[in-house]
Formats: sequence, C-alpha cells, structure tokens
Amino acid sequence: MSAKVEYVLRFGDNSLILGQRLAEWLGHAPVLEEDIASANISLDLIGQARLWLTLAGRIEGKGRDEDRLAYHREQQDFRNFTLLELPNGDYAYTVVRRFLFDAWHCLALDALSGSHDTDIAAIAAKSRKEAEYHRLHSGDWLVRLGDGTGESHARTQAALELQWRYTAEFFDSDAVDAEMAESGAGFAAASLRDEWLEEVTTVLAEATLKVPAAAKFVSHGKRGRHSEHLSRLLAEMQVLQRTHPGAKW
Amino acid sequence: MVDAWEVLRGIPDPEIPVISIVDLGIVRNVTVSGTRVTVAITPTYSGCPAMHAIEEDIGARLRESGYTEVDITQQLSPAWTTDWMALEARERLREYGIVPPQKAGGADSHRIHIHSRGVNCPQCGSANTEQLSVFGSTACKAMYRCIDCREPFDYFKPL
Repeated sequence: MSAKVEYVLRFGDNSLILGQRLAEWLGHAPVLEEDIASANISLDLIGQARLWLTLAGRIEGKGRDEDRLAYHREQQDFRNFTLLELPNGDYAYTVVRRFLFDAWHCLALDALSGSHDTDIAAIAAKSRKEAEYHRLHSGDWLVRLGDGTGESHARTQAALELQWRYTAEFFDSDAVDAEMAESGAGFAAASLRDEWLEEVTTVLAEATLKVPAAAKFVSHGKRGRHSEHLSRLLAEMQVLQRTHPGAKW
Repeated sequence: MVDAWEVLRGIPDPEIPVISIVDLGIVRNVTVSGTRVTVAITPTYSGCPAMHAIEEDIGARLRESGYTEVDITQQLSPAWTTDWMALEARERLREYGIVPPQKAGGADSHRIHIHSRGVNCPQCGSANTEQLSVFGSTACKAMYRCIDCREPFDYFKPL
C-alpha cells in the first residue's frame, strides 16, 4: 500500500472510529442537548470519513469504495489512533477524549489544508470548519466538568490520567509520515506537539485540571496495532454488511 | 427547454423548504451542452444526510424539464460557507422562524463562535435570548429561546 493511501486512511479511520463511538451515546447521553450534540458530531465525522475513504480507495485503484473500506477490513487494517477506539466510559471520559483529539484534529487539518495534494487539501479545509465547532464544544464541557462539582472534577481528572498516555501517538512519526511530509502532501507528526500542548494546557488550567506526567508508552493504532477494543467495535459496526454483503436501504 | 438554473432555483432544500438549493449556495457550476447538463454541487456539512436527497431531486427535476443526461459532480473546494446564502433567502428564513446565520468570514475562515450573541428572536424581535443547545435538529442549526416571549427557535449556524 502506498504511503499516501495509508496516510489518507489514517484520517478517514480516525473520523470513522470516533464517529462510531460517539454514535453509541445516542439515547444514552446525560442530557438531551448532549445526545443531540453527540449525534451531530458523529454525523460530521462519518461524513468526513466517507470523503477520506473514498479518496483512499480511488488512489489505491483496486476498486474499493468507502463502504468496502469501512465494512470489509479487519482490525489490523484500520489506521486510527488507539485513543479513539477505547470504550466511551462515563461522559467525562468521552469529553476528555474528544477534547484531546479535537485540539489535535484542528491543527492537523490546518496543516493539511496547505497540502500539495489538492484532494487532501480540499477535504481538510472542508473538515476544518466542522472540527472548530467540535473543539469549542468539547473544550466548553471540559471546563464545565473540570471546574464543576467535586465529583465531576475527580472523574474528569481520572479520565485525563487514563487517556493522556495515548496522545503520544499523535506526534509519533513513522516512514509514512516522513514520506508524506517530505513530498509536501502531509506534515511532520512531531511539528504539532508544541502548539497542541500549549492549547490543551491553557484549557486544562481553565478547567482546574492538572496536566498528567508524560509516559514512555506509545500506542500504535495508526500503524495497525490496536487494543482489544477495536475488534469489538468493528463487530458491531460491520455485522450487517458482513452478513449481507452489499445490502442497501 | 427551461434554463437549467431556473429549474434548480425551483428545487427546495429538503429540510428547509422556504429556501432553494440555489439560495443555499450549494450549486457551484452548471454546464449545458444540448440536452446534456452537468451540475457541480458542494456539500453543506460533510455528513449532511439531505445531500443525497438533493442529488436525486436535481436529477429528477432536470430530466422532467427535458434534459436527457444529467451529471452531478461533487465539488469540495472552496468549502461551502453560509456567507454564500442569498440575501433575500435570509429574510424568508427569518419569516419561517429560523434566524439566518451571522457572517462567518468566507470559505477560508473557521473563526467561528459557538455561542453567537445578538441572535434576535424571529417571532418578537427581542434581543433578550439565550442559547439552549449548540447543536440542533440538523447539523446546520443551534437551539435558542426568547426570554421575553418564551418562544424556542432555531438559529442557522455560521460556517
């Protein structure tokens, strides 16, 4: 698989897997407004995933369309960050995950909007505007929960401690990143770290939350090495198309 | 044969029927060659489920009007912005009970506010309103309430 296909799949899979996790809140969110928000954000992300996956299939040139890629790949073929496949936990956990990702997503899409590849640049610029709403929304809730009651503060801090270590993957570079950055179609993964940390630290301070210590652990979901949770998520997401291949509404 | 733009101006948005798909700014280009027509459209939100219905409507209406071949292409760049919404369509939107979007700053801008101020009630005109929910019944709307007349209403978010 070419570096470009891999790279585009990473963006598509990030949006698809987080979109699927957020859809799980449908009918279960703590308040109605957040139920609606989760569904809307999920819809944006799945729409973005469709654009990325369609592009990946087209570049690959083997006749795989968005549905083939979403429903008929095995877990080791997915290229999303490990953070995004972890189970939802409580709402604080979901908010923390979203905020950490949304902050990165906006910076990444900014960088990609200047890609030398016009298809990548177009999808990035389109997604960027939606990602801004997502980031503002999750940042709002992070402050609300962090600077809320003793209970909400403790849960949010705990969620942060659990998930922080997975953010190292955002900035971890491999041969795919290097080749894409070199060609001007992508960006150097590590180049976003300082700006991300600065922004996240500012909002965490406003939320009265402590920045966890850095860990040595680096997850490798974007290289296809996933946690045990992804295959269960896929089992639910893919069951219909696996049972009835090509089924349409 | 009816002008293709004229046909498209007669196609309402499936979710907000008081404005047409041309008013909305999603029709980016129309090329006619004899009875063949190519229509380039751009999505509002990436995941907007109405886009599929809109494509079907465009195909059906143009064929009804005598076009034998209708090609619909998707154009992503420049990204759609609510700033492209026609001026008089904004007033129709307000009369319908949806507050039209404030200025978003064009296709390249993503400096948006999640809690817009100055969203006046479309029923009584009062500026004394509050946001109920950042997201609403469709991807493009947020929910507000008028504190004076107590009426809840939708606000079309700037994008």
